[in-house]
Amino acid sequence: MRETKYWTWHMTAGVVILVLLGLHMVIMHLGSITHLFAPHAGEAVSRENSLFRDGQLFFTITYILLLGVALYHGLYGLRTILFELTLKPAVEKAVSVVLLVVGLGLFGLGTWAAVAVHAIAITGARG
Amino acid sequence: MPEASFTAREINFHVTRYNPESDSAPYVKTYRIPVREGMTVLDGLHYIKDNVDSTLAWRYSCRMGICGSCGMLLNGRATLACNTQILHIAETDLTVGPLPNFEIIRDLVPDLMIMFDKHRSLKPYVVRADEDEINDPAGEYYQSPEELEAYLQFAFCIKCGCCMAACPTLATDARYLGPMPLAAAERWNKDTRDDGRQDRNRQTGSSHGAFRCHYAGECSRACPKGVDPAKAIQLLKRQLVLDYLHLARRKKPCQKLHGPGQGKPRPDQPTAPAKTV
Amino acid sequence: MAEIKRYDNRLGVWGWLGGGRWGIERYAYILHRLTGLGILLYFLMHIVVTSLRAFGVYLWVEGGFFHQPIFKLGEFLVFAAFAYHAMNGVRLVLVELGFAVGKPIEPIYPYKTSLNVQRPLLIAMMILAVVFLAAGGYEFLGLAK
Repeated sequence: MRETKYWTWHMTAGVVILVLLGLHMVIMHLGSITHLFAPHAGEAVSRENSLFRDGQLFFTITYILLLGVALYHGLYGLRTILFELTLKPAVEKAVSVVLLVVGLGLFGLGTWAAVAVHAIAITGARG
Repeated sequence: MPEASFTAREINFHVTRYNPESDSAPYVKTYRIPVREGMTVLDGLHYIKDNVDSTLAWRYSCRMGICGSCGMLLNGRATLACNTQILHIAETDLTVGPLPNFEIIRDLVPDLMIMFDKHRSLKPYVVRADEDEINDPAGEYYQSPEELEAYLQFAFCIKCGCCMAACPTLATDARYLGPMPLAAAERWNKDTRDDGRQDRNRQTGSSHGAFRCHYAGECSRACPKGVDPAKAIQLLKRQLVLDYLHLARRKKPCQKLHGPGQGKPRPDQPTAPAKTV
Repeated sequence: MAEIKRYDNRLGVWGWLGGGRWGIERYAYILHRLTGLGILLYFLMHIVVTSLRAFGVYLWVEGGFFHQPIFKLGEFLVFAAFAYHAMNGVRLVLVELGFAVGKPIEPIYPYKTSLNVQRPLLIAMMILAVVFLAAGGYEFLGLAK
């Protein structure tokens, strides 16, 4: 039943990603049509617009949330594909552990960066 | 009514041959045989064996799509040789191969045991707590026609292995249970006489169980009996998720109806005529 | 009894692509897999690259390393992959949780399967994906400025 648990949350993560990454994509790639959350002139990904979003708690929180669920969804998907290659049980275990470590490492890095940039953006806006 | 053509047409049969005693790998041998309208691939193979090459081996029994022995890869599609007419699928050439994703025993004979082992591991029979009643029945279990419909489609499976041959996951994953055993699990899970779902969930919800299905839909396309294994697997996944989230309604298996002669007759029911013998 | 030598007829990774009947769901399945792997590869690099902004390094803005047409094209491909993966994913969630496959029916030849039941959903989702792709392409080609 453990796989049922993993898979159920894989699906749930997919739905969360659909909303959050959908928003992310609309901001980043349809920016010149929608002009969402990009008050400064130029591209949506410019340094000023980036800092504007990083300074808002909503974006910091959703970045971390999206990071977590997307890592889970993506790495579980990769694990699924690898498991379908008839690996030895020991290799399957090793794959799971490596993916878990990679996932946690990148989640730590991204979370730290999101929080650090939030602090920079706030102090930048104040002073 | 279209006129039946009795004039023979020549068709090239490209048949996969493999003799484990002399060949290291399968090879393709071509036979040119006359084909009449209405001839099935199985008839064609018989013609080859009778008139051209008596060493050709394949497995068949009923010749009418019931026994599920003659599953083969015809022009790249897994299907039964007995209910496929040659002229429906071939203009001039027809490739005949053994079902892929199984081991070849000889020529067109695949080893289906791996499929049956997986099938057996899922307990494809009524599992109940009242084992005495199962082994020594004293009555019938009550099941309504509506309850029957919930699994009847999946009970039409003849275990020919065509779905297993068409499945992309089984092409690489030897441990994946596969469409046939999973559809059978759904068939018994949905049977109101059965109480073994939680037991089967351990297998179907394992890492090589139902969640390795990604709905490529090939099994349902290949199935010669319209069993639709892909549908069964999706319904199985739904039940697994509901069971995991504890959202499934707990239902007791259906209860025993009275035994023979123990029922209460309706007041307007006429009595049976006296025995004459 | 002597052990019979068997020939393993497993199709291998090629079997993901071909092997059976080629149906539209088979294409959807393989494309879902490829786009998923592509997005994951981009995403893992994206985490590292965007995390560098904590050090004040913005590699993707005007003058940065990633501000080149080839990377813009790459980003558009990721957008396209996401548009497909997301829309097909909505279908898969509905199908795999048993909402879009229909009830068990009596199999009467010519057989209608769950594939026929979910096909309108597949078509609708692919139309939506194309709409998003067109909007993304409009921006990518710089027509929105």
